This record gives sequence, C-alpha cells and structure tokens, in this order.
Amino acid sequence: MSLLEVKNLTVEFQTASGPFRAVDGVSLKVDEGEVLAIVGESGSGKSVSMLAAMGLLPWTAKVTADVLTFNGRDMQAMSDSDRRKIIGKDIAMIFQEPIASLNPCFTVGYQIEEVLRIHTDLSRKARRDRAIELFQSVGIPNPEERLGHFPHQMSGGQCQRVMIATALACNPKLLIADEPTTALDVTIQKQILDLLMKLQAEHGMGLIIITHDMGVVAETADRVIVQYKGRQIEEADVLSLFSAPKSVYTKALLSALPENATGERLPTITEKLTDAEIFAGAVR
Amino acid sequence: MFRFIFGRLAVLIPTFLGVSLIAFSFIRLLPGDPVMLMSGERVMSPERHAELMHQLGLDRPMYIQYFDYLAGLLTGDFGSSIVTKRPVLDDFLQLFPATIELSLCAIILAVVLGIPAGVLAAVKRGTWLDQSIMGVALVGYSMPIFWWGLLLIIFFSGYLGWTPVSGRISLMYFFPQVTGFMLIDSLISGQAGAFKSAVTYLILPTIVLATIPLAVIARQTRSAMLEVLGEDYVRTARAKGLSPFRVIGVHALRNAMIPVITTIGLQVGVLLAGAILTETIFSWPGIGKWMVDSVFKRDYAVVQGGLMLIAAVIMIVNLVVDLLYGWVNPRIRH
Repeated sequence: MSLLEVKNLTVEFQTASGPFRAVDGVSLKVDEGEVLAIVGESGSGKSVSMLAAMGLLPWTAKVTADVLTFNGRDMQAMSDSDRRKIIGKDIAMIFQEPIASLNPCFTVGYQIEEVLRIHTDLSRKARRDRAIELFQSVGIPNPEERLGHFPHQMSGGQCQRVMIATALACNPKLLIADEPTTALDVTIQKQILDLLMKLQAEHGMGLIIITHDMGVVAETADRVIVQYKGRQIEEADVLSLFSAPKSVYTKALLSALPENATGERLPTITEKLTDAEIFAGAVR
Repeated sequence: MFRFIFGRLAVLIPTFLGVSLIAFSFIRLLPGDPVMLMSGERVMSPERHAELMHQLGLDRPMYIQYFDYLAGLLTGDFGSSIVTKRPVLDDFLQLFPATIELSLCAIILAVVLGIPAGVLAAVKRGTWLDQSIMGVALVGYSMPIFWWGLLLIIFFSGYLGWTPVSGRISLMYFFPQVTGFMLIDSLISGQAGAFKSAVTYLILPTIVLATIPLAVIARQTRSAMLEVLGEDYVRTARAKGLSPFRVIGVHALRNAMIPVITTIGLQVGVLLAGAILTETIFSWPGIGKWMVDSVFKRDYAVVQGGLMLIAAVIMIVNLVVDLLYGWVNPRIRH
C-alpha cells in the first residue's frame, strides 16, 4: 500500500474570466522511505497539487480526484477535523520562504511546541525537552536559548531549520518540501538539502520535494515527475530521466540547463516547442 | 525598555510646547473678549472695559501673557476661570471622570464589536455578510453624530421610552462623589437601583460616541486581516493542523492587531472630540460640555488649560499605545 496515492487530481480556480485549471489530471504515488521529486517551471501546478492533497487550498479552489488516499484512508471522505488530525502530524510540509513562513509575533519555541500541544499528550516540560531535542537534530546551536528567539532574530537558513524541526515534531510518515532551498543562498542550500536527506534516511519517511532545480532532483530523488502547465508530462526513476528522457519537454528542459549549454545563449523551451507538441509528447 | 519610554517622553516636550502655543493663540483669534461677553446686553463704557481688561491682565502684550501662562504651566498652575474664578485644574479633575467613563464605555463597545465584525467580514470576504458589515460601517462612519444622537433619543427615549433623555443618573438617587465614575459610585453607595439607573443613562451616549470608532476599527480590522490571511505563516499554521479558530484568532489576529492598535489609539482623540458633541446632546456633565461653554464665554484660561489637559491625556494614551505596540510586535521590541 502506498503512503500517499493520488489519481487524476484536478484543481480549478474561479476567476473573473471563467474557471482556470491549475492542475489537470495529476496522478502520483509515494511509498514509505521513498523520495519523489516533482519538477516543473513556475506555474506548472507543483505546489498547488500538493496543497490540494493536504486540503490547504482556499475555498475558492475546486479540487476533484478519483483517488486521494493517505495510508489507505480516503482524504476526500474525511471531515475537516479528522483531516486536521493527520495534517501536521503524519503529513508535514515545509515551504519556500522560511522567514515568511514563521509567524513574526511568536517565538520559534512557541511555534514548535504548538504542534506538539495539539497533536500529542506531552506535558509542558516534555514538549520543551522535545523542542530542544528537535533543534539539536536539525543543527541549531544553543537550542535552549534559541527557543526564546523570534523569527526576525534568525537567518533564513536557521528559520528553514526551525521549519524542518517543526515539521518533524510528530515524526511524520510523509514530508512535503515545497522548494525548500529556493530562497536560500547556495552554501546554505546544500546544508539544508543534506539535512533533509539525512533526516529522511533516519526516520524512513516518504519525502516529496517540489523544485524547479534539476540539480536538487539529481542529488535527492529516487523518482521524478515532470509537470508543465498543470499536466504531468513524464514520470521516471531519476537515473533514466537524466540518461534517457522520453518526452520532448523533458529533453528540452535538460538541454536548457546552464551546464548543458553549448552556444553563447541558453536554449529556451518555448522557442522550440508549442504547448500542443509538449502535451502530445507526454509519457506517463 | 526604559530607553524606549524615555525617548518617547522626550518627544512629548516639543509637542506640549506646540499645543500650548495653539491653545493660547486660537482662542484669542475669536472676535470679542471675556469682558465684553460678561457685560452682555448692557452698555459698558470704554474706560470700564479697559479697567476690567487690566484687572484680568489681558491688556498686557501677547508674548508676556503667553510666557506668564507657560510659567504657570511649568509649576502646575493652569490658571483660574475668568468667569467662575475656580482653578481650571479643579474643574477639570471634577468633570473629567464623567468624560472618561463615557469614553471608556464607548471605546470598549467599539473594540468588542468592531474587531469581531472586522474579522468576520475578512474571513467571509465577498459574501453578503462582508458586504452588510462594511455597508453598516460606512453608514456609521458617514453619519453626523448630533443627528444620530437625536434620532436615537427620539426613538428609544421619546417613542419607546426605554432610556432617559439626558444626565448621568436619575434625580431619585443622591450619593457623595467618591471616584467620579457614576457606575462605581452608584455601586459603592449601595442604594438599590442606583447602578441600574446609571447604566440606563449611559447606554445612548455610549452608542452615539462609539459609532465612528466602531466603524473605523471594523474597517481597519477587516483590511488588516485580509492582508494577514494571505501571508505564508497563516498557511504554515493551517499546515500544522490547527483549528480555523486558532489559525484566525491566534496566528492571524495577533499580526492584524498591530495596525488596529494604532487605530484604536488614534480614536482616543476622535472620542474626546466626539465627546464635545455627545455631551452637549445628552447634557452629560463632562469636559466636552465644559469646553464648549467656555468657548462661548471666551473664558481664555479654561479653554487654554482644558486644551492642554486634553492634549496631555491624548499624549499619554499614545505613549501607552506605543508601548502596547512594542508588546504586540516583537520586531519593534528587539
């Protein structure tokens, strides 16, 4: 049984000019201990499909799916309060902008202990001990002192570590990382990715990494899904995706990487391919 | 923290000087003088007029009068009323509790109704509920206070007979002034029904005075909430599996309160200005009515002193708001 299984997920937003389909027929599966990467350019519906799976989209979004199960439980049939017992506990998510993702009015200690308060029966003292332990595990120095700090007193990389610690607080079975390194500078990116991979291996949890960075994909993923304009273009294991991409879009995407550039100007995808060609070449 | 408070207090000095200059000069710009108004319809000879002006010290050059007044202020002497001869500070202290009582009730009503209304409108954005709340708020904000007060008196006091028309408490009750706050004094007096009477006298003036601040607070809360609800940390809070009540009431509201607290602080000035009209409509014996009467009598000392004291109250409230602001918004504190 897959940890998360999604079949034919569609997300529509009502706009002034009629309904807009942000995600169109996306299907995916993640098993325990597996790392799945979802890649695509901006606006390809990567984040929206994961937010939809977690039920975090605003009410203006219309989400439909043939199958949407977590650990065998149907997420669509669940009441909101039942879903909230899973979210934050068994499925956790970290986001792109670590500083903006933490509430500026509360100490980071409050924000991490809050998750423990609602999802566990731990005492106040035990929650604090657990928070210190989590801060240590994500490599935050002086955790006792740091718990009393506000997000604006910490760097972006440290805030992302806090976010990761918060996400891991209840030992989730699945962690969704939405562009976890995009807002960080390169050296910190590497540290955060290494940390994520280390914790994933230690906890044996499923990990979905949403990214537009092929380098991140190559370094982390077991399996890859390529998305374009809300549709799934290709799904493959990471080795075959890089060595023998099947769809025209993935080929174009890989040839657009700076390290693969041969001429003076980087090749762009839209110069070469129309949407019709991209969708016709989709391999699923 | 002490440095913060000290810094804020230092800013008050030039503000205070500015207010004193405005208070001193503006009342003197009005045509007429206290002696002329005291004489009323009777004819007064120019010699007698000059003699009385001399007695009151009003024939001296302006700058000397101003520095004299300023020197008095520095020693805590706000002067005495030209009309009643009573010290301005004594009158102020006697009347001010009535204004505070009314203003406090009004601001509490405005906050207690305005913040939830604004939150509700933001959460239900674009629905009929949002539009109704904002529509009512706009009407409340646009309505002339005196007209609204009269409407309420005609309907609730005149037509339904539910509330009294004017005053602070029924004439049936008499007890010594202890705190100056009718609600507290009536409780202390232990007279049966006194507290209830004081409450019924407060209802209409409170509603009238609270109307504009209520509308402003509701609108400000709505727009602050709308901004905050789109923030990443609200999404994080939901991703933690928190209940909508916690997400909105704790994570979003705490951030939205930052601009709302500033607005509430600014409303104190609006309240004291509104108190002037409201107190006049309801014959509420507070400083608003006292100031209006003094302006009509050109009672320079009372207008000057009263303005200074009102300005001092507003400045103190703003200082408290600044401190509160630092407490709500940790980015300012650190």
